[in-house]
Amino acid sequence: MSETTRGASTEVDLTLRVNGSARRLRIDSRTTLLDALRDRLELTGTKKGCDQGACGACTILVDGKRVLSCLTLAAQCDGREVTTIEGLSRDGGLHPVQEAFIRHDGFQCGYCTPGQIMSAVALLAEGRAGSDEEIREFMSGNICRCGAYPNIVAAIREAAGRDAGV
Amino acid sequence: MQAFEYIRADDVASAVALVSGDPTAQYLAGGTTQVDLMLKDGVLEPERLVDITRLPLRGITRDGDVLRVGALATMEELATDVTVAERLPFVRDALLASASTQLRNMATIGGNILQRTRCRYFRDTSVAACNKRAPGSGCAAISGAARMHAILGASEHCIALHASDLCVSLVALDAVAHIQGPEAQRSVPLTEFYVVPGDRPDVENVLRHGELLTAIDIPLLPPGTRSGYLKVRDRASYEFALTSAAVALAISDGVIARARVALGGVGTIPWRAPEAEAVLRGAPAGAQVFRAAADAAVHDPFTVPGTASKVELAKRTLVRILETLTEPTPSASRASGRSALWESPPRSPTASTTPPAGGSARCRSPSASFSDGRRAGPVGRWP
Repeated sequence: MSETTRGASTEVDLTLRVNGSARRLRIDSRTTLLDALRDRLELTGTKKGCDQGACGACTILVDGKRVLSCLTLAAQCDGREVTTIEGLSRDGGLHPVQEAFIRHDGFQCGYCTPGQIMSAVALLAEGRAGSDEEIREFMSGNICRCGAYPNIVAAIREAAGRDAGV
Repeated sequence: MQAFEYIRADDVASAVALVSGDPTAQYLAGGTTQVDLMLKDGVLEPERLVDITRLPLRGITRDGDVLRVGALATMEELATDVTVAERLPFVRDALLASASTQLRNMATIGGNILQRTRCRYFRDTSVAACNKRAPGSGCAAISGAARMHAILGASEHCIALHASDLCVSLVALDAVAHIQGPEAQRSVPLTEFYVVPGDRPDVENVLRHGELLTAIDIPLLPPGTRSGYLKVRDRASYEFALTSAAVALAISDGVIARARVALGGVGTIPWRAPEAEAVLRGAPAGAQVFRAAADAAVHDPFTVPGTASKVELAKRTLVRILETLTEPTPSASRASGRSALWESPPRSPTASTTPPAGGSARCRSPSASFSDGRRAGPVGRWP
């Protein structure tokens, strides 16, 4: 048998690279990445909505790709690069997508907003903001119960460098 | 839920040994089903969880007219693969009609094939009657809220749906699953991989405990084939199918030379419909033939009040995609000049024609593809 983390321990030691910093943790194997971020690393910007993979509020980036942190075991992310909403700002300034959400009032209660913004950042990197229809389709995993969708689409459209709706 | 031992496997052999040697052990891949059913619903309670996500099973490689897809390739990776766009457009369409980008970035192809049912009674441990979760306990769904349940392959023992979109296209294509066991490898066509519930709904496929799905082989569609995946659902995106249909057709002079048909949203397993294919084969493309094919596809359904409407809905879904694929002139909406891979949103209905061999476009627009298809006619082998 090759080298594996044997022994009947239900605890896991891991290192997460969160927003550029290495963070060492010992966690219960059941810990989701969402709970590790919020409860252990005090990064509460990532929100727990449905906690069951249906709402998108917990969207973060792992190795640059958007995923749901509520359905990700933290143990699986040993050595991975994790980016949360707290990691978007540079030199104290907001990310262009964050600025666009503010400018277009892309939220009401704000609870889904970190997930919306992380998803939008990934969407732009994927090259999927070519039309409003495309933005709506590829943002459909992020639910906004306040119904701020038109303004969210407008914010992403602007961040993508398109002025008018198509 | 109970605590479990977490082990990250470094190679396939040790992963298979770890799980096959321990009846309480289970595999963990993308986690979108497994973590949900363990941590959130408490339906699965492994004492040992073997993480296989770092095994070298991710690659997507073409070998002649077959695409080999590693079981750990993600849904998103397969959906954006260039060969899939060119030669398996209805696989791409089924994938992009599934879940959300976040989930597709996590979920693996192996996990999609092995996904568990969304049946709410299976997933709710406070419900006593579930033959799939607790064999012999009964079925709460047949007298419950069963709109999202199966009508084909179903019985009074179980009406749980296999909710995959991807697998509907895969069974239509005769994809083959490669399986690694503790002692040997074996290969099983996907059409023989799933097991209808009968009186043992807890048995869902031919895998033995510890066997690991390592890859699937997908035969590419011959150039000139018209294919499409139509998904009918309650909202336009990010929703499971009420009904769906995956169809591939080779048409020559208005006659259907070859046909592949499979249905989703209606089967306890991804539902290949050879009876419909037999009706279509050699027949002229037209409304009467399509309706006869639909009647043949949805035969002897088992319905409860919540699912009775799906009989007609499934038939109309199949008729609609057949009509779309055989339209003499593509409709304006499909001829709108979309050309980039991303600009083909998985709205229904989608239809594509596999471009002729040597085509240089990464993803032809439907209009161009249809022109090519009409001009070229059916060519190539059909396995």
